Amino acid sequence: MAEFIAYLIAGIATGAIYALAAIGFTLVWQTSQTINFAQGEFVMLPAVLVLLAIKLFGAPIWLGALIGIAAFILIFGVGFKVAVVDPMIRHGVLPLAIATMALSIIMKEGAKDGFSAEAQNFPSFVPTQTISVFGASISLQHIAIIVVAFAVIGLLQWFVGGTRLGRQMQATAQNPTVARILGIPVERMVLLTFVINAALAVVASVLISPIYLAKFSNGEVIGLFAFIAAIVGGFNQVRGALVGGLVVGIVDSMAAAYISSSYRLAVPLVLLVVIILLKPEGLMGRKEERRV
Amino acid sequence: MKSKWIIAAALGAGLAAPSLAQDKVKLVDVVELSGAGATAGTNWKNGIDLAVADINAKGGILGRQIEIVHYDTQTNPGNTRAAVQRAIDEGTYAVLGPVFSGPIGASMQISQRAEIAQFVGGEAAGLTKQGNQYLFRTSLSQAAAMPKIANYLKNTVKAGSVAVVWVNNDFGKGGRDAIIPELEKAGIKVAADVATEQGQADFAADAIKIKNSNADAIFVYLNEEESARFLRAAKQQGINKPMVGETTLLGAKVIELAGDAANGVKGHVGLSIDAPIPAFQEFGKKYQAKYNYASDHNGLKGYMAVYMIKWATEKQKKFDSKGVADTLRGATIKPSDEPGILMETTIESNGDLDRESFLAEVINGKQVINATLPKIKP
Repeated sequence: MAEFIAYLIAGIATGAIYALAAIGFTLVWQTSQTINFAQGEFVMLPAVLVLLAIKLFGAPIWLGALIGIAAFILIFGVGFKVAVVDPMIRHGVLPLAIATMALSIIMKEGAKDGFSAEAQNFPSFVPTQTISVFGASISLQHIAIIVVAFAVIGLLQWFVGGTRLGRQMQATAQNPTVARILGIPVERMVLLTFVINAALAVVASVLISPIYLAKFSNGEVIGLFAFIAAIVGGFNQVRGALVGGLVVGIVDSMAAAYISSSYRLAVPLVLLVVIILLKPEGLMGRKEERRV
Repeated sequence: MKSKWIIAAALGAGLAAPSLAQDKVKLVDVVELSGAGATAGTNWKNGIDLAVADINAKGGILGRQIEIVHYDTQTNPGNTRAAVQRAIDEGTYAVLGPVFSGPIGASMQISQRAEIAQFVGGEAAGLTKQGNQYLFRTSLSQAAAMPKIANYLKNTVKAGSVAVVWVNNDFGKGGRDAIIPELEKAGIKVAADVATEQGQADFAADAIKIKNSNADAIFVYLNEEESARFLRAAKQQGINKPMVGETTLLGAKVIELAGDAANGVKGHVGLSIDAPIPAFQEFGKKYQAKYNYASDHNGLKGYMAVYMIKWATEKQKKFDSKGVADTLRGATIKPSDEPGILMETTIESNGDLDRESFLAEVINGKQVINATLPKIKP
């Protein structure tokens, strides 16, 4: 039992990271009806920028973190919307999706050439100790990931559902034309969505990089699993991305534990196929109908 | 008048070009500068560059300067094959690299067909069992290292059971297949046999599995970055059993990346800048000064590979690609004959090496050598 609890907590911690990245997928989907294939790289890059700021400016960790995170949100929150989404969206969602694929490669290769091809240490803000829960040793780092990720997701849910700004954002996502008629500044709401996506990526990056180490290729696995999580949970629901992230994280951990690490990538993919066959809108998603 | 001068200068340059080319000997390094092998490959490349700079500064090989070219394989066997073929097409005198055993296995037949010596960093036991007369290791084979580790686990660690965690590539599989029979021979029970993936980022489940195996010790056989991630995950899970490994686990990059989690790690080390050999320490200082970080064993391997080529060429007193392999097989190179070889090295007829090695431990973030082990055939 203790062993199972340990696997479960490790899975939830990993799943919380996937959930943060998967929420980014759903936010971009809701505002631009496209898939951001650079989402994994969005999680990889903040850690690299923080380390780069420390290296370039000789800054202490806190200042490096501040510079790196601010630069990321500015470039990949505001900049992504202005330089990639706005010019491409008028040509349809497919060119935009392809543009995000190109962005993914540019971010990855840029991190490799501009920073390092090798993995680098990333400081952890919690000690590497364990506590005992029902006889299972649980890592404080995993607990911190779960607590912070859930707090951020809870905050996001409160913001979206409980504040005037959040409701304007929701209205924009559901029907931008009507939102505009009602006087909602649609463009500003869309921009806010992209900034929130970048901020979520920063949180995921800071949480996971002490474990995965900061490396240009980290986005590949995170992006893939978060994409699966978003589909499993429901691409059009933030809470769907949360559930999908947790399900994929737990399945991943259990697959590594009870089958083999060699098959851990295959098992979530099988889960994806099963969900598409049985519930194409995802576990928590709502059916969307479109007139052709 | 001006145009005549230009024509004369161009002709002069054209006539001079062949003699300039003859003044150089080209070496191509085919290496993992990105992908999963980037850490090992970068150290290897830097070691080679250091050796080339040293040799060129002292007049080159038989009076010819070395021209070194590095091609990034991205740790991809297909790219490695293409790069080795390109190196041969471009007239390389010998092929340096790669470091990972999988890409070596996929590309070594190309240099063999061209009868050009290839100097590799791989440790998989199977590489030198294929009758390739042109393949030369720069590190000890797993077949040579694993009996020493089993012996260490039995007599020094006093382990009755061991959990084995390995990376599922040619290097890791070869190591796993070599250590398990040695453990069984030594009467040590294998409590867990855990396969992991190359490039794997999350080791939490593997660490929990190993912790629950209740083994007396853990044998870790992963590549550099994965080793560091595993050590961190093991610390997070509160694993306090002895962690024992082979050269990679105690490497400088692993220690740097794993931080505190590397403290207490023990094992067998083929090459180390901390070994009690002045030439190794001197190399370590030069490397640190040039690249601003400590070299791991791959830096030493790259450095020594270039000196193996230099020694063979000077021994045969001419530039003969095929002759390099013929000269090296069965040879013993002593530092008194070629200081760049750093320690006495015997090259077996199949390309394996025999030389002294070390037992080491990580204490306060530094690799400390505890003992020097003799050559297998002193």
